[in-house]
Amino acid sequence: MKEKDNYSILIVGVGGQGVLLASEIITEVAMGAGLDVKKSEVHGMAQRGGIVSSHVRIAPRVYSPTIGYGQADIIVAFEQAEGLRAMDWMKKDGVAIASMTRLVPAIVTSSKQFSYPDDSIDEMKKKADRVIGVPADKIAMELGNPRLVNTILMGVMSNYLPFDSELWLDVIRKKVKPKFVDVNVEAFNRGRQIQLSTAKG
Amino acid sequence: MKELLSGNEAVARGAYEAGVKLAASYPGTPSTEILETIAARHRSIYAQWSPNEKVAYEVGIGASLGGARALVTMKHVGLNVAADPFMTQAYTGVNGGFVIVSADDPEMHSSQNEQDNRFYARFAQIPLLEPSDSQECKDMIVTAYELSEVFDTPVMLRLTTRISHSKGVVELGDPAQGPDKKFVKEPSKYVMIPSNARVRHVVVRERLQKLRQFTEETPLNYVENNGSKIGIITGGVSYHYAKEVAPDFDYLKLGFTYPLPLKKIAEFVDTHEKVIVIEELEPFCEEQIKAAGIKVAGKEYFGHLGELSPHRVAEGLKKAGVVDKILVSDIEPEKGMFPRPPVLCPGCPHRGAFMALRKLGVAVTGDIGCYTLGVLQPLNAIDSCICMGASIGNAIGMEKVQGYEKGTVAVIGDSTFLHSGITGLVDAVYNNSNVTVMILDNSVTAMTGGQEHPSTGRTLMGEKAGVINIETLVQALGIKNYRRVDPYDYDGILNIIKEEMANPGPSVIHTNRPCVLMPKRIMDEPYTVDLELCNGCSACFRISCPAIAAAKETNEHGRPKAVIDDTLCTGCTLCAQICPTEAIVLKSQMVKG
Repeated sequence: MKEKDNYSILIVGVGGQGVLLASEIITEVAMGAGLDVKKSEVHGMAQRGGIVSSHVRIAPRVYSPTIGYGQADIIVAFEQAEGLRAMDWMKKDGVAIASMTRLVPAIVTSSKQFSYPDDSIDEMKKKADRVIGVPADKIAMELGNPRLVNTILMGVMSNYLPFDSELWLDVIRKKVKPKFVDVNVEAFNRGRQIQLSTAKG
Repeated sequence: MKELLSGNEAVARGAYEAGVKLAASYPGTPSTEILETIAARHRSIYAQWSPNEKVAYEVGIGASLGGARALVTMKHVGLNVAADPFMTQAYTGVNGGFVIVSADDPEMHSSQNEQDNRFYARFAQIPLLEPSDSQECKDMIVTAYELSEVFDTPVMLRLTTRISHSKGVVELGDPAQGPDKKFVKEPSKYVMIPSNARVRHVVVRERLQKLRQFTEETPLNYVENNGSKIGIITGGVSYHYAKEVAPDFDYLKLGFTYPLPLKKIAEFVDTHEKVIVIEELEPFCEEQIKAAGIKVAGKEYFGHLGELSPHRVAEGLKKAGVVDKILVSDIEPEKGMFPRPPVLCPGCPHRGAFMALRKLGVAVTGDIGCYTLGVLQPLNAIDSCICMGASIGNAIGMEKVQGYEKGTVAVIGDSTFLHSGITGLVDAVYNNSNVTVMILDNSVTAMTGGQEHPSTGRTLMGEKAGVINIETLVQALGIKNYRRVDPYDYDGILNIIKEEMANPGPSVIHTNRPCVLMPKRIMDEPYTVDLELCNGCSACFRISCPAIAAAKETNEHGRPKAVIDDTLCTGCTLCAQICPTEAIVLKSQMVKG
């Protein structure tokens, strides 16, 4: 391990976006690197368009399967407002990676009681120093499949974890349906490059 | 060999390693994946969905009587349904080992209450094991079968959502053969007429004495000594939360929590300055410890409600004065964020029924399943939801006392109807109730992820199955007013509900569209909004379809027009049917026009 050997990663999004698959891949990568790992999520009603969040904890010996407030090293948000909602978990020197994707729920559209933030990524930046907004939905469309948002974001995130690119790609090849492997590998690599080009700041 | 397994997958693996022969259940979050995993990966075990938990439990008892190791699994409220055979099986004991898994749901992530089922083990006076992670789930299942056979008792393994749905690294073991037992006629043990039961109750008390001895000796309850003056007594996932925030205290980690090792606890308390019990929900251990005259603290620091977390445990320990500070960020909590409740899927066939019920403004008694989401705004179409199968009984009672002026309608899903709705309908026929029962049939157990049930034609293990025909069943129960309707035909379903509410006696309206997630889209072509025609009336927003959102364009009052996400739209047509300006059209028509 390069710098440290324990990471708490919170992945958030909306039902159907692939939060669980992404956290599964990170977990497998960490186990492949020889570390103890736990991941925790809630299924059930979240499958019906609700919030989905997955806690991943990596260390030589992991106790709690969930992350405490202010303890996440990395937050990955597949939807920008969900990124903002997840900021309670953000560690002071942590990094948040959020897709620009906007999914406005029906309850906001149908009720005057609630509103959707104009720019959640700007709001996130007011709360933490290291926030990366990623146009993952646009890149996914360029690659021809809106479902690639999760893989692109994993590519971005992989720069903040001490695991080799090959280890990630091995797990992706194993977990993704054969006919989607190539495009997912490309999506991962695109994500990995994005961060490198914005990391200077 | 190591593998990443969820608690549920680890239970399934443990059952396989223990040589279990039969597993039965009814799906219920967070327990569902135990049987799904068995059916997918451990095919040496015969696994089945039963119509409800009581039947699953009775099937399990039968397998145990037949000499095999048996597993029954359910969510916490499922044990309420199965409580009848459960309480008496504690008297009969077992032949082949018998384990009941109760998956509780602190925080009610997807449940109607957060009852603490550890009390059920104490109620029935049977052993209770509480694993704290996936590895322990697997190991404790194997141990539970040994205990079951040694002590001649059913054993409860209690999980919580956080255990069931967390993944961790598990060291796998080798599968074993279960015991080679046969069924032996022994009516004095298995036939609980009062004269036999009185004898067996004595056996239960004697067994409890032996278990009290065992709990003191078992390595499932162990002390971790770090030389601290503060001692923590805990088990389940709370153990890991506590270790996370206070790794240096001494621990008495409890894995066998009924009966409690009170001597071991007394010794632990005697050798520490202050001892704190950390447990989720009820003070199940704490009260028994205090009742034994042992001085501990606990609930006053942690509360009785919801799930614990590292943060809540740290707060409690700070309140107890044993830790100085809690690690938290200085980030201000995000206030006033919009909620994102679960919603009926785009194209969900239940939507049409709820649009019609809302329009009619009738009293609607609801039930457990996806369609319970009809309660949420903007649909606002359900007035009660108690437990599986309750809708019909609720409607009967309401109609009997007030004959609700606009009529009373019960809504129930197909799987729930077969689970425990049938008896409600028997009541409606027998007591001549003027209720209208809507069986919202989507041909699957949808809420838990699409499981088979007795009218789907397939078993859990993928075999072709006998099919309960709901129409024939309903008519056989004596329902004269039976109507089968298409829930995508808004005017049609509206009129049929009106007609059946006007009909005296019980009526059944049976919808005929499958769950939109399970087989395929309704139509290949999505709908779109013609912004020229859309006047921003918001009628389509009120049907709560995730595919419909506000457009940037507004009408003359500044209200948003609608836009349809064509990757989500299933072409169910409901929004097009209710749009007063006919602005919602098939995408191809839009392009041509």
